[in-house]
Amino acid sequence: MNPNLLWLIPLLPFAGFLLNGTLGRRLPRAAVTSIALLFTLLPALIVCDLWLYFKAAAAPLSLAVQSHPWIAITGFQVNFAFTVDHLTLVMLSVVTGVGFLIHIYSAGYMAHEDGYWRFFAYLNLFMFFMLVLVLSSSFLLLFVGWEGVGLASYLLIGFYFGRDSAANAGKKAFVVNRIGDFGFLLAMFLLIAHFGTLSFDQVFSALAAQPALHGGFLTAICLLLVVGAAGKSAQIPLYIWLPDAMEGPTPVSALIHAATMVTAGIYMVARCHSLFDRSPFALAVVACIGAATALMSATIGLVQHDIKRVLAYSTVSQLGYMFLACGVGAYSAGIFHLMTHAFFKALLFLSAGSVIHALSGEQDMRVMGGLRKRIPVTFWCMTAGVFAIAGMPFFSGFFSKDEILYQVFTSHAPGAKLLWLIGVTTALLTSFYMFRLWFKTFFGAPRFDERSLAAGHGAHDDHNKAAEAEHDSGQAAHAHGVHESPAVMTVPLTVLALLSVIGGFVGVPIAFGGHNEFEHFLDPVFTAYGAGQSLAEPSAPASTALTLTAIAVTCFLLGLLAAYMLYVRNPGRAGHLAQQFQPVYTVLDRKYWVDQVYDALIVTPLLVLSRGLLGGLIDTGVIQGTGGAAGGLTCGLGGLARRIQSGNLRSYAGWIAAGAAVLIAVVLFGLHPHF
Amino acid sequence: MNLDHAILTIILCTPLLGAGVLALLPERDGAKTHHIAALAVTLLTFLFTLHLPSHFSAATNAGFQFDQNLPWIPSPSIRYHVGVDGLSMWLVVLTGLLAPLGVLASWHSIRARAKTFFVLFLLQQVAMIGIFIALDLFLYYGFWELSLVPMALLIATFGRTENRRRAAIKFFLYAFIPSAILLVAIVWLYARTGTFDMPTLQALAAAHHISPNNHALWLCSLAFLVAFAVKVPIFPLHGWLSDAIQEAPTAAVMVLAGKLGLYSILRFSFGIFPEQSRHIAPLLIALGAIGIVYGALIALVQNDLKKLAAFSTLSHVSFIALGIFTFTVAGVDGGVFQLLNESLIGAALFILLGLLYERYGTYDMRDYGGLAARHPWMITFYVITSLAAVGLPMMNGFVGEFLILSGAMQSFARHHIAWAVLGTSGVIFSAAYMLTLIQRVFYGKTGYRPDEVQGWDLTGREHLELWPLAALFLVMGLASPYWTRAIDTFGTAVADRPQSFEPVHLKHMETETYPSPRASAQHGAFVDPTLAAAAQGQPAPTTDKGAKY
Repeated sequence: MNPNLLWLIPLLPFAGFLLNGTLGRRLPRAAVTSIALLFTLLPALIVCDLWLYFKAAAAPLSLAVQSHPWIAITGFQVNFAFTVDHLTLVMLSVVTGVGFLIHIYSAGYMAHEDGYWRFFAYLNLFMFFMLVLVLSSSFLLLFVGWEGVGLASYLLIGFYFGRDSAANAGKKAFVVNRIGDFGFLLAMFLLIAHFGTLSFDQVFSALAAQPALHGGFLTAICLLLVVGAAGKSAQIPLYIWLPDAMEGPTPVSALIHAATMVTAGIYMVARCHSLFDRSPFALAVVACIGAATALMSATIGLVQHDIKRVLAYSTVSQLGYMFLACGVGAYSAGIFHLMTHAFFKALLFLSAGSVIHALSGEQDMRVMGGLRKRIPVTFWCMTAGVFAIAGMPFFSGFFSKDEILYQVFTSHAPGAKLLWLIGVTTALLTSFYMFRLWFKTFFGAPRFDERSLAAGHGAHDDHNKAAEAEHDSGQAAHAHGVHESPAVMTVPLTVLALLSVIGGFVGVPIAFGGHNEFEHFLDPVFTAYGAGQSLAEPSAPASTALTLTAIAVTCFLLGLLAAYMLYVRNPGRAGHLAQQFQPVYTVLDRKYWVDQVYDALIVTPLLVLSRGLLGGLIDTGVIQGTGGAAGGLTCGLGGLARRIQSGNLRSYAGWIAAGAAVLIAVVLFGLHPHF
Repeated sequence: MNLDHAILTIILCTPLLGAGVLALLPERDGAKTHHIAALAVTLLTFLFTLHLPSHFSAATNAGFQFDQNLPWIPSPSIRYHVGVDGLSMWLVVLTGLLAPLGVLASWHSIRARAKTFFVLFLLQQVAMIGIFIALDLFLYYGFWELSLVPMALLIATFGRTENRRRAAIKFFLYAFIPSAILLVAIVWLYARTGTFDMPTLQALAAAHHISPNNHALWLCSLAFLVAFAVKVPIFPLHGWLSDAIQEAPTAAVMVLAGKLGLYSILRFSFGIFPEQSRHIAPLLIALGAIGIVYGALIALVQNDLKKLAAFSTLSHVSFIALGIFTFTVAGVDGGVFQLLNESLIGAALFILLGLLYERYGTYDMRDYGGLAARHPWMITFYVITSLAAVGLPMMNGFVGEFLILSGAMQSFARHHIAWAVLGTSGVIFSAAYMLTLIQRVFYGKTGYRPDEVQGWDLTGREHLELWPLAALFLVMGLASPYWTRAIDTFGTAVADRPQSFEPVHLKHMETETYPSPRASAQHGAFVDPTLAAAAQGQPAPTTDKGAKY
């Protein structure tokens, strides 16, 4: 195939952004939709073409294009250049495929919103940057996509900008991401200082040429990259922006904050595996961050009531799994989970959107219930997603999560067994809170009031007026009462549900009689620059794999059972438990007070410092004051000198006499300065 | 006819003649005569400046181009010598571009005394172009002083509040007092070398023939540096900046900060005092990094839009100062490129703030809110400008900041990593204050002022002001080599090549702080013998001369 087609993959969505961004306001909605969909469908087709090409060519290969320099100074140059290898191909498929489905869904979900054109323009802009991110062949171009998706995320979170909470969440997301970017930038500066280039190929080749190089500045670079990845992929300590990002419309949460953008950090770590393989310490940090994030956010997810927030914390938790996989050197397992997670989490968010749509904007699970019969398509799709994420055997999430846990258990990383234990605990919690969501939403007695739902529609017509509305109001004004979503929304749901169910079969492990094709497919990428010392045990006995699987399935069943007991058999029980364990419940409910602690320890002191010390004392006091004092001194001296010029002849005579006297004294008494 | 040798004089004289013509035009109430005439003059000037990039040669050893060197006064030997190189060429074009935009930005805001305003504005442009092209120190100093007067008058006459006179005096004193010392330093240089000619001085400096007296050289270099640093302004010499920016009309603010001082540092401090500049570099790198964070943090807590913009300007020019004093190719190239970016971004930001003020009559953010729905185009330009200012990749600000900071990481200066890290943290704070601005003005609930006043989205004239800037942000961010090709010729000449810089020549000054055994081994090869001998404790010549008169 013609490699120049690669340029079109990101540029087409960009063209869509430009068209809708400039003309969209004047175009009818149908035209806006067609533009947005067409310009995301075409890249997806090109990616299909790429697959055919890669399948036809037997040998592992990659495709590259390069254009004129972007930055060129003596001694340093960066070009616009794209590369496709097997890893990129997987990412491209996820981004364009899931992205296109979500675009279709959005056409239905956003149909009655103001700023329809704006929404699709931003969505296409996001696709552009995300595709640049995965296609780039250098750190710097990756950073373009990296910051760009942050921008698109900022614009989309703040889509309902009339709402203060949305505007704040957008700003928070951008600034927290910038903290991550700060680390990324420093990593790039160190790379330039040590390698003189930012091209992946050149850096990794240089690294491969120095097999003895370990730790040292490489650890510094890796840790700084981890800061960047933690910002983008919402890991401890920078995960705080993601739950707030749920202020955006639900399709945005599905596309950006679940399926694609937040996985950029995992992609980056996998892409830089050559660096990380040389720094066991950085890898250990990645693993610990991943495990801690997975556990912590899963516990918070246990007690949330907002359906989207449960999913948000679950996303953070699943991203933690992927980090954990990368941290033990099992990059393909991480990418595998990234892919299946994109399927089932996009599905879960879109189904949740469909539920919210059905309930005219209601997001609180406490007032849902009994929706199983009312919105059957959504119910069945959601069921597929819930079973996939909870680890129902032979669903996609089962295979990928199992692979990660297996790799962690058998790795040589320090504390591998402890990390595995955390992973299994998280799996149990995940199963529990996902079934909690499922039962509370679809089972039991309806807890909503249909009449108030119908009446509520009018208030959501105008988002500027509905600024007080607490919840995402992406729902239709045409509907009355609970209703199933239109086909334009349910068809993408069905496709994603199918993928969530069968998507795992590309990576059936050997212990199950499969060939782990996914891992073999990615192998060329992770061995391209010489295999690093692999942390994963190559040949654990099959019985270990089966035992671990049995444990994971037990966790799944236990979670299901516990949720069933608490929310279906005995609905009042959960409240009692919360009462009984009041302190624990409060800690979880308040999300460990992390936001408050950051506020108190970082944000407030910084503002006080800026306002009081820097702005007040130093700037107004010292710097302006010195200028003022100098000015005052000049004025004062001028005032004194003015006295001399009094216009009084006698005083002039006096000054002359005094001056003469001084001169005479100097001459007479030999004060001889060195003239 | 070959324009090449006359083009700079033409560029210089067009606004000068224009100012003369404008002064003679009669002033009538309500008529836009002066606006139109000023626009015509500035557009013509801009057109002429475009000759430079199209005929510029980016060969490494091209030296000064388009030069014209005519005798003016035989004794003391003062010549009319003008020319540009990779450093100044784009700055001249930039000055040409900003002037018509400034006239457009003043279209409505300047109603009374339009004649005074535009005559002063054009004179200011003459002074700036003169500073960028003068290659004779005396000529340069003339333009340097000339640049003060119209600006001070513009602030004092057309300032926004009652505070304008104070701000004008402050601006004038801050700039004038160091300039007086600069004059002393220039005269001393002339006394030592007998020439005002910049290329000659640069050659002398490279060969260490300016003066054997190191203390005097140091004092002289400091006089240069301080005069320029105040003008930049470099932290902590920025006391005048926020007052002047708050008062000055939009068109004047657009050309107020950054360019002149930083250009002068690059041209004169680096050209005539290469060693001294390198030795003081660690201090300036530190001040630059501090200034970045300091300006950004104060901008973060401002309620006044213009004050916010003033401190963000401080933060941005500190980036450039940090870059150029790293003496790396990346740092210097990035610094000069960022100088262009900062001017364009600052211009766009001040134009945009002016738009709000023209509509609602306040710069207080607390009065605003929820304007996005009312001004969709305005918010678009605000967002684009903010993104360029915070250095989003694919915008011009990113290329400059990235090169500067990567240069800082490679710099020879001690503790450079710490300062590079501190400077890089500026990218977090800049995002914070720019997004805060956008949020407080455009998002959320409608503030009380927009309820009282009827707003309108951008007019055709305003589109005309902003589109060229927005397009440049993107083009300069995507095709930076077009600009850096010329800048690079200057950057490579200034920057240290690997191993070429050792603090050899000043060893006797700083033995304790810069011990370098390798340096002393090379001592004989590098140092002019007379210099070494003479540096052993002669009295400083400046003191001599001062006492004699």
